[in-house]
Amino acid sequence: MWINMGPQHPMTHGLWNLRIKVDGETIVDAEPEVGYLHRGIEKLCERRTYTQIIPITDRLCYGSSLTWSHLYCLTVEDLMNIEVPPRAEYIRVAAIEMQRIASHLMWLAAYAADLGMLVGFIYAMRDREIFIDLLQALSGSRLTYNYPRIGGVAHDAPPNFVRDSLRACDYMEGKIAEYEKLYDGSKVFMMRNEGVGVLSKEDAMNLGVTGPPLRASGVKYDLRKDQPYSIYPELDFEAVTHPDGDCYARYRVRMEEMRESCKIIRQAVQKMPQGKWRVLAPRIGPEGTGLGRVEDPRGEGMMYIVGNGTQRPYRVKIRSPIFVTVSAAKHMLLGYKVADVVAIMGGLDMCIGETDR
Amino acid sequence: MNLFQFCYGIIHWLVDLVNHLWYWLGDVLPGALGEFFNDVGDLAASHGNISVFAILLEVIVIVIIALINVLNFIWIDRKFMGRMFDFYGPYYVGYRIGGWLQNLADGIKLFVKEIIVPKKADKLGFLLGPIIFVGSSFLALATIPLGTRFGIETSPTDTGVPGSALIAFAFFAIAPFSILISGWSSNNKYSLIGGMRSAAQMMSYEIPLLLTVASVFLIAGSFSFTGIIDAQENIWFAIPLLLGFVVFLVCLVAEVEVQPFDLPEAEAELVEGWTVEYGGMRFGLFMMTSYLRGYIGGALATALFLGGWNGPHIIPEPIWFLIKAYIVFVIIEWARWSLPRVRVDQILNIGWKRLMPLAVVNLMIAATFKTLGWF
Repeated sequence: MWINMGPQHPMTHGLWNLRIKVDGETIVDAEPEVGYLHRGIEKLCERRTYTQIIPITDRLCYGSSLTWSHLYCLTVEDLMNIEVPPRAEYIRVAAIEMQRIASHLMWLAAYAADLGMLVGFIYAMRDREIFIDLLQALSGSRLTYNYPRIGGVAHDAPPNFVRDSLRACDYMEGKIAEYEKLYDGSKVFMMRNEGVGVLSKEDAMNLGVTGPPLRASGVKYDLRKDQPYSIYPELDFEAVTHPDGDCYARYRVRMEEMRESCKIIRQAVQKMPQGKWRVLAPRIGPEGTGLGRVEDPRGEGMMYIVGNGTQRPYRVKIRSPIFVTVSAAKHMLLGYKVADVVAIMGGLDMCIGETDR
Repeated sequence: MNLFQFCYGIIHWLVDLVNHLWYWLGDVLPGALGEFFNDVGDLAASHGNISVFAILLEVIVIVIIALINVLNFIWIDRKFMGRMFDFYGPYYVGYRIGGWLQNLADGIKLFVKEIIVPKKADKLGFLLGPIIFVGSSFLALATIPLGTRFGIETSPTDTGVPGSALIAFAFFAIAPFSILISGWSSNNKYSLIGGMRSAAQMMSYEIPLLLTVASVFLIAGSFSFTGIIDAQENIWFAIPLLLGFVVFLVCLVAEVEVQPFDLPEAEAELVEGWTVEYGGMRFGLFMMTSYLRGYIGGALATALFLGGWNGPHIIPEPIWFLIKAYIVFVIIEWARWSLPRVRVDQILNIGWKRLMPLAVVNLMIAATFKTLGWF
C-alpha cells in the first residue's frame, strides 16, 4: 500500500512529499519528492543588483537565514576580491554560530514534537529565544536578518554584546546538560532512536550526504576544519563525529555541535578586535566567477556566482545540502516501521526553503 | 438515604403532582372513561413505575456528574500542560474561574461546525463508530459507584450492581471495535492503520490489565466495586499489590490511549489516526469520550487499588473518590506530556514480554497473600 506522507503532513516540516510503500507497518519502498516550494530564487537573483540579493538569500532557509546571506557575501567577496576587516569577520562568525545553535534548537524542538515529546518542543523553543534575541540586538530582525554586507556587516555589534553572548553561552551549556538528562535519560526516547535509520559510512559518502548526518556516520568532514574560511583557523574547536550512523548518533552530533558553537562564540567575542566593521564594495562586479563554501547547520552550502561586468550577476548557483541529503532517504527508510519515518526524516533536519530554492 | 431513595422521592413527588390531574379527570368523566383515568393514576403511582423512572433519573445524575468531570479534566489537562510548558493555558474565557469556560466555548464551536462525511466512506460504519465508542464508555461509567450510597442502585438496600467490576471492564473493552469500525469505514489509509494499531494494542494490553484486576478480585473475594472497596477499609490494595498497581497504571495508559501509547492517533505519522476523517461534533464526541475514558480509568484505579471512597469522614465519600480519581488522571497526564511515543512493535513487546509476566507474578503474590490468610 502506497502512503503519501505529504505534501500536507505533520511530518514534513515544509512542503514536500514522501511516498512510502508499506507492508503492514514495514516500509518496503520509499520515494521522496521535492519541488513543491520552488520560488525561482536563482532566477530572481539574476534580475537584482549584488546588494539587493542579500535579503533574498535570507529567504533560502527559515531556520538558518544568516548562514545563507553570509555565504552569498562570502562568494561575492571572492568574486570581487574584497578583503573584509577583521572585526567584521569576528562578528560574522559569532553571529553564524548563534544562528547554528538557534537552528539546531529548532531542529531539536521539531524532533521532540515528532516523537510525541511535547515538553521537549517547548523547552527547546524557549531557549532558542535567547539566541534570537541576541541576533535581534545585533541585526534588528528576528528571523530574516539581512545583516551581512559585501565587505563586512551592516552594523557594529551593540554595546554589551560581548557580555550578553558570554552569558548566553553559559546559559546554553547548562541547558544542553539539562536536555541530555531529559532525552538520554528517557528510556522511550532511546528506544525510538537507537539503531533506527542506520546510514553506513560508504552510503553516506556515495550519496553526497554532508553535515551532521555525515558526521554521525563516522566521517570526520567539517568545512570549518577541512577547508577553513573566515577566522575559523584561529579558533579552537572540534569537528564532532559519532560512529553509529543512526538517529541517536545524529542527535548526539547536533548536541555536541551546540557545545562546540558555544565555545566558538566565546572565543570569537573575546578575541574580537576593534576597528572598522565594513569596507565599501564596488557596485559593479567584475567579469569572472566566485565560489563560496560554508558549513551550514544542515550540511555543506555552496554558492557559485558568474559575474559579467555589470551591476547584476549573470548566474547564481546554489548548492543546497538537504536537496542532496534527502536522496539518501530510501537507504535509511527501508525495513523500518511507519513510525520511524518521523524519526529518520526528522533527524535529517529538513528545510524545504533551501531544498527547492 | 441512597441515591435511589433520593431519586425515588423526587419521582414520587412529581407523579403525585401529575396524578392530581388523572384522578380529577377520573372523577369528572363518566363511566368507563373515568375508570380508565383512575387506572392510569394508579399505574403511575405504582412502585414499579416509579422505580423505573427513579433509575432513569439516577442515570441522568451520574451522566451529568461525569460530564462535569470531563470538563474539569480537560481544563486540568490544559492548565497542567500549560504549567509544564511555561504558559498559562486557558485564561480569558471564564477569566474569574481560571479559564474553565474555554472547554464550553470549544464545544460550542464544534457543535456549529458542519459534519462532513467522505464520499467514499461507509456511511453506516462511519455513523456507528462514534455511537458505539461513546455509548460503551458511558455504560462502563454506570457501574462505578461514587460512594456506599451513591451509585446506580435499584432498591433502598441495594449496594450497586453485582459483578459491577466485571461489567465495567467488559464495556471498557468494547472501544477498540468501534475504533476499528470508524477507522476502517473512513476509507482513509491513515485511519485504517490507526484502527488496526488500536485493535492490536488493546488486545495485547487487555490481558495484563485483566490479570492485575483478577488479583484484586482474588484478594477482595468480590466482583463488585462495593465489595472490593469495603475490603480495602484497612489497607489499600495498592500497598500489598504495588507491582500490580504499576502494571495496571501502564495498561490503563494504553487502554485510554494517551501519549506514550497513543499510537492509534499518533499525530506525527498518522496525522490524527482513526479520527482523521471526523469533523465537527463527531470529533468532539471522540475527544470528549477519550477524556471520559481517562476519568473512567482514574475511577477504576481508585476503586480497585486506592481504597475508593475510604478516607477520613470529614470529606464526603464521593468527594474522596473524585479526589483520588483526579490524582490518578493527573499522573497519567504527567506521563503524557513528558514522554515520547513508543513504536508499534515496541508497544507489543512491552505488553507481552514485560507487563504480562509481571502481571502473572502479581497474581501469584495475591494468591500467596490469600493463602496465608492475610486478607
